[in-house]
Amino acid sequence: MSTLACKTLAHSAPQAAPLAANVPQARRNWRQYTGTALVLLAAYGLVPAFASPYWLDAILIPFLALALAGVGLNLLTGYAGQLSLGTAAFMAVGAFAAYNFNLRVSGLPLLGSFVLGGLSATVVGLAFGLPSLRLRGFYLAVSTLAAQFFVQWALTKFSWFTNNNASGVIDAPPLVVLGVSLDNPTGRYLLALTIVVLITALVARLVRTQTGHNFIAVRDNELAARVIGVSVLRTKLLAFAISSFIAGIAGVLWAFVYLRTVEPAGFNLDRSFQILFIIIIGGLATIRGAFFGAALIVVFPLLLSRLGALLFGSWFDSGVLDMSQRVVLGVLIISFLIVEPEGLAALWQRLLKKLSWRPHSVA
Amino acid sequence: MAWFKHLRVAAVAATLAITGLQTTQAAEQFFPLQSYRVGPYAAGGTGFFGGFIDYLNLVNTKEGGVGGVKLTWEEGETQYEVERGVEVYERLKQKPGIAAWNPLSVGIAYALLDRVTADQVPLITINHGRTDTTDGRVFKYAFPLLLNPYSESSGIVNYIGSKEGGLEKLKGKKVVVLYHGSPYGKETIPIYELLAKKYGFTVQQIEVPHPGNEQQSQWLTIRRAKPDYVVLRGWGVMNPVALKTAQKTGFPVDHIIGNVWSNSEEDVIPAGDAAKGYVAITTVAAGAQYPVIQDIQKIVYDAGKGNLEDKKRIGSVYHNLGVLNGILNVEAIRIAQAKFGKRTLTGDEVRWGFENLKIDQARATALGAKGLFHSINVTWDNHEGDGRVAFQQWDGSKWNVVSDWIAPDWKLLRPIIEKSSLAYAKEKNVKVRTSIND
Repeated sequence: MSTLACKTLAHSAPQAAPLAANVPQARRNWRQYTGTALVLLAAYGLVPAFASPYWLDAILIPFLALALAGVGLNLLTGYAGQLSLGTAAFMAVGAFAAYNFNLRVSGLPLLGSFVLGGLSATVVGLAFGLPSLRLRGFYLAVSTLAAQFFVQWALTKFSWFTNNNASGVIDAPPLVVLGVSLDNPTGRYLLALTIVVLITALVARLVRTQTGHNFIAVRDNELAARVIGVSVLRTKLLAFAISSFIAGIAGVLWAFVYLRTVEPAGFNLDRSFQILFIIIIGGLATIRGAFFGAALIVVFPLLLSRLGALLFGSWFDSGVLDMSQRVVLGVLIISFLIVEPEGLAALWQRLLKKLSWRPHSVA
Repeated sequence: MAWFKHLRVAAVAATLAITGLQTTQAAEQFFPLQSYRVGPYAAGGTGFFGGFIDYLNLVNTKEGGVGGVKLTWEEGETQYEVERGVEVYERLKQKPGIAAWNPLSVGIAYALLDRVTADQVPLITINHGRTDTTDGRVFKYAFPLLLNPYSESSGIVNYIGSKEGGLEKLKGKKVVVLYHGSPYGKETIPIYELLAKKYGFTVQQIEVPHPGNEQQSQWLTIRRAKPDYVVLRGWGVMNPVALKTAQKTGFPVDHIIGNVWSNSEEDVIPAGDAAKGYVAITTVAAGAQYPVIQDIQKIVYDAGKGNLEDKKRIGSVYHNLGVLNGILNVEAIRIAQAKFGKRTLTGDEVRWGFENLKIDQARATALGAKGLFHSINVTWDNHEGDGRVAFQQWDGSKWNVVSDWIAPDWKLLRPIIEKSSLAYAKEKNVKVRTSIND
């Protein structure tokens, strides 16, 4: 029965093998980094110079936070094949833990509380990741769902987490790093961008190491992995640990840098599903998939609403426009997945291949 | 490729429009509305924002605006989600001439608190909000007009006392507070404990996890506890489900007292006859007989500019609350214009207007709102305005007022509010104001 479930999951989590680019190569030459370098240059140079505070505060920062959460979940679900529905819970743990460390440990720098928030999420992630040693696929998803509900309940119930605040909503502390106040849109954007770039770089490195290969081995065929000597126990727990850490940092970004309040309701099941959809649509087992997916799910609906309000604002009320924007987004997602079931990242690869000309090939 | 040129032009135009470049027009005062017309709370949202827009339309049509300044607004759908409220805020805050923010959502109000202080535009949270924002010495730009959660609790306890024959008779009684599992629901836990200690009754707090579709276990607990009264601090679907489950478990509905977010037609009609006899607190009276509502019907709806799709909702609690919110906002602008001049005002000037917002019974009559509400008296250090409450009972088809306008125990509540606000000021390094000019 469990092998059947495993096969079903293996089928539903698309194999990375068919796409050559998804198998991490041992060495890359510098030319393959030009794309990344251009993106980073634009992100650090062009965006702060030309983007309005609205773009920075309301579009790019949530995009970065959710993309980071997507990177974390992709590591766990895409590379290691452990389906998890508790990502928002780990984000919540990260946010509340960072708040409490910042509040109760005097003299702790802001980034220190970020890291400690991530580590707290790791601990919780490990605890709820233990069932993965016995459960696969759908059943594992259900046990991570328990994490989602338990964390949300615990954070609401025990007012210690919210500093005994009567309403349970806490304000984020002021963002001051190394004495520099980052409480303006550009500062917040750069802080979020730097954290996301750092962690993404580490994850990109990780998937090219033996650990990364172990993740893929455990995902593709656990028995074979065990036979060739991969420690399945350690690999799975490591996947949960790292993924939860990243989700925790993403949660801190979401609460401290974007919303600037922290409440448990913002990290509900809808958020977990949203991040899962981000990586499914973006492309499982890819790094850029999280960013593509976040762009589609976070940025695109906002642009679509603006366009809709611009074109049809005088005829329909805001509620109708909002619902129709969701319909359009849903249709788009369905079309993307029909055209390329392996997600936007694979679509991007195909596009790049089509655009790269080889003089001697005809077609 | 000629079409590419057109595409480029169109793209540039679209981008400019999307990023909201606008030219300022002649004197206008702008109301950004973080409304929710879809989602689980759409019934309240459409009613409230419908009433608010109706009143703005009335002022524009009947008087040509306030002092010649036209009132404009723009809605952004939030579906009652905090991050969408924040996105609408960031998008609309660049527009010129913003008078005030009226989100009608506790979550969104919390997220906006720091932002409005930095941007110096008032945030109005009528009938709700963070209780300590009543202290205007610390929260310069937040206004929980008419009623904050603590005053509401005190009002309810005073009413229960009056039903029992005096507050002394509360000794030994048992009250259960059934609250919505959210920051809004939990806000009043400390004040009920305090009032229980003061008057000698026992209070038990029972949580209903959001959204409250299923309350069987909570009401069975209530049945076991056998309280004298149940206070319902609900929101959305939790309210009709509570009333229906109460009927199923045999708790008398006329001993259920609803709070200010459990007091509308949308809350009781789905419960059918389980709601007959249910009493709820209110700061605004229901009914379409008030002159201002009649004006709206005549001038706005008959001209086809009415905002509510269902005209039967004119005069419902949420619609009247929206109209009242409109009255308070516009009167604040009027008062500010008397000092600063009849022009587009800045957010800080409108804040000054709110801090001098006084509407007594005479002025309410002049505004066509006699009987719609009691009065309001906002000062720079009391942003609530000493609003009074009344209690209304549902008879199956409409609300009937069953009490006079009761005053909450402000003297008891003020020290607690000040303690909390001063703690906030200390934590956030906010300078405590000493006069309206700080």
